[in-house]
Amino acid sequence: MSTFWSLFIIVISVGSMLGSLWLLFSNARGKMSTEDTGHVWDDDLRENNNPLPRWWLNLFVLTVIFAAIYLAFYPGLGNFAGTLGWTSNKQLAERLQVVEAKREALFSQFRDQDPGALSKNAAALSLGRDVFLNNCAGCHGADAKGAVGFPNLTDHDWLYGGTPETIVATITNGRNGMMPALGPSMDKATLDAVVQTVAHWNDPKLDPAIREKGMAQFNITCMACHGPTGTGNPILGAPNLTDNIWLYGGSTDRIRETLMKGRQGKMPPHQPLLSADEIKVVAAYVYSLSQN
Amino acid sequence: MATDTVAHKTVAAPVYHDTVIRQFSVMTVVWGIVGMLVGVIIASQLMFPALNFDVPFLTYSRLRPLHTNAVIFAFGGCALFATSYWVVQRTSHTGLFLPKLASFTFWGWQAVIVAAAITLPLGITQSKEYAELEWPIDILIAVVWVSYAIVFFGTIAKRKVSHIYVANWFYGAYIIAIAVLHIVNSLAIPVSLTKSYPIYSGAVDAMVQWWYGHNAVGFFLTAGFLGMMYYFVPKQAGRPIYSYRLSVVHFWALISIYMWAGPHHLHYTALPDWVQSIGMAFSLILLAPSWGGMINGIMTLSGAWHKLRDDPILKFMIVSLSFYGMSTFEGPMMSIKTVNALSHYTDWTIGHVHSGALGWVAMISIGSIYVLVPRLWNRPKMYSIPAINLHFWLSTIGTVLYITAMWIAGVMQGLMWRAVEDDGTLTYTFIESLKATYPYYGVRLLGGLTFLSGMLIMAWNVYKTISTPGAEPVRASSKGALA
Repeated sequence: MSTFWSLFIIVISVGSMLGSLWLLFSNARGKMSTEDTGHVWDDDLRENNNPLPRWWLNLFVLTVIFAAIYLAFYPGLGNFAGTLGWTSNKQLAERLQVVEAKREALFSQFRDQDPGALSKNAAALSLGRDVFLNNCAGCHGADAKGAVGFPNLTDHDWLYGGTPETIVATITNGRNGMMPALGPSMDKATLDAVVQTVAHWNDPKLDPAIREKGMAQFNITCMACHGPTGTGNPILGAPNLTDNIWLYGGSTDRIRETLMKGRQGKMPPHQPLLSADEIKVVAAYVYSLSQN
Repeated sequence: MATDTVAHKTVAAPVYHDTVIRQFSVMTVVWGIVGMLVGVIIASQLMFPALNFDVPFLTYSRLRPLHTNAVIFAFGGCALFATSYWVVQRTSHTGLFLPKLASFTFWGWQAVIVAAAITLPLGITQSKEYAELEWPIDILIAVVWVSYAIVFFGTIAKRKVSHIYVANWFYGAYIIAIAVLHIVNSLAIPVSLTKSYPIYSGAVDAMVQWWYGHNAVGFFLTAGFLGMMYYFVPKQAGRPIYSYRLSVVHFWALISIYMWAGPHHLHYTALPDWVQSIGMAFSLILLAPSWGGMINGIMTLSGAWHKLRDDPILKFMIVSLSFYGMSTFEGPMMSIKTVNALSHYTDWTIGHVHSGALGWVAMISIGSIYVLVPRLWNRPKMYSIPAINLHFWLSTIGTVLYITAMWIAGVMQGLMWRAVEDDGTLTYTFIESLKATYPYYGVRLLGGLTFLSGMLIMAWNVYKTISTPGAEPVRASSKGALA
């Protein structure tokens, strides 16, 4: 702020404090008559003129002294920063340092171990659970069982692989699952056949003619990612279509919707949000969920 | 029962204009019940959210500003209008200046209240706390307020006594300051009849808002009601004011220091550090000037303690002064940054506000209205003194239940919100703190209901007093014992 405004603030704030003291002492001295002032209003309203209570006077002076000392130490009087050099930003930085030191002490004890080993360490798992609840539960749920579009982390089915190292990679860099909208390029009978085939992959009751028609199309448009046997490809994150686990639902309606509109699965990269230490313990926790 | 002394005087008794006071007195009770009822409804909604019935204008977000506006500006405002018009006439020994303008202030103020009661539930708001009303209503408020100032200061100007009584200094300061605060904080650019944008932005807007907000507390809820206290306490106690000197010192200190305290509402925000420090330092200096009024009131009662046995109105007054002292101690403590870091955003603040609003503002107003009603309608006394006593106990117990519940809840919330694990994560989720608060919301609701039930007894008592002709007609004088 400009020197003028700085001086303006100093003058009126110090002036107010000095003015209060002047007001106090000019009324605390002099003739201490407790007599009625002689004024009468409304028939019987009168005023005595007792002296200011001593304890109250002292309290008033003490608060002014406190304020003066406080404003000498801390910023307040315009551009005068206070002798302590305190700022709220510095205070924040100091408090953060304390938190960081505690976190360092906590996480450093697991730094030399890999996530596979940590998945059997109760202290690391407890820490990993905290990280999970604060960062992952929003999509995957507090019980890690997922939701439509968000994978269940407690089963043994992994889109991108379930080794501890793969989980670390998934959390660190994120994943982009992309199912293109392939349905619109098919005629209705072909689309129906593909939907029925995928929905009833292991069902012997499916009409062989439909399965044949469906597989013919599958081999053209789907096999590249989901593989000739439909068991998926963890390198691409293409799901296994032959099991009973469905990320977006396994009914014929949902499969048709997946084919017609495609699906975009996005696991955001957590590298800037979480430290490598945090990623390691949360990966250990996630890994442990499917290890019993 | 001394009822008549005017016969001894050589000059004719001045003609006082009391119709407007009667109107404001009745509306004080009516709006008190309405405002507190809305408070009880929103307290219930915090316990049972389904009570908004999925109706937009019954949601907490819209009823909460209705509650605050109704109790502060409708209930408190009507009490201040009524008592200030009474006090300024009686202590100036003359009738109101421009009584028709005074009548306009009544109808204008009621129009403001009704407009608030319609627009706030519709969601029409400027979103500034305690200044939610949109610009057309703001303009009406400004017009009414300037009229109020003309009537009040006009009456002072034509007074028949040389000294201006201390109650009038406080009423005068409150009227001037509220005009300045309201006009400056409400400056906005309208874009339609129901929408406007403040001319300030960012941290400046926040600072102007809390300069307004805190001084609304200081001048509306403190100075105004101190004016009330300075007339009705000595009148009811039949004792002279304890110290003229003390009233001079604490008046000037109060009105000059209060203006600085607003920034304590914005501790640890984007407000520059130096503004926060100044706000905190002056909030602490404010303790003694605030207590000056309490000391003067309580010491005025001293010597009349025996009257407390059978005068429940005096009980209202002494208890209101006690709550005033308590909340004006609590306020400076909460403005200390380290305390504020715990208390801010918790229910402690709600408890603090209600210690002032129920304990001080409502109780001194209720006491004053009980003094006024028999005098305004020429009755020897209120219809039922035991009913006043019952009202007193309901008010006191209701207030104590309310504020203790909110103190416990607030400190607990503050501690839960700040609890951090060694890994830097929060120990508790917000919902856990909400679950822990639940029982205290129940106690708060009970306190609010208790206080509201007292107001219903007051309404009955006032109605019976007005509708039952007195055994003996009494001159409309301010003189006269009550019970």
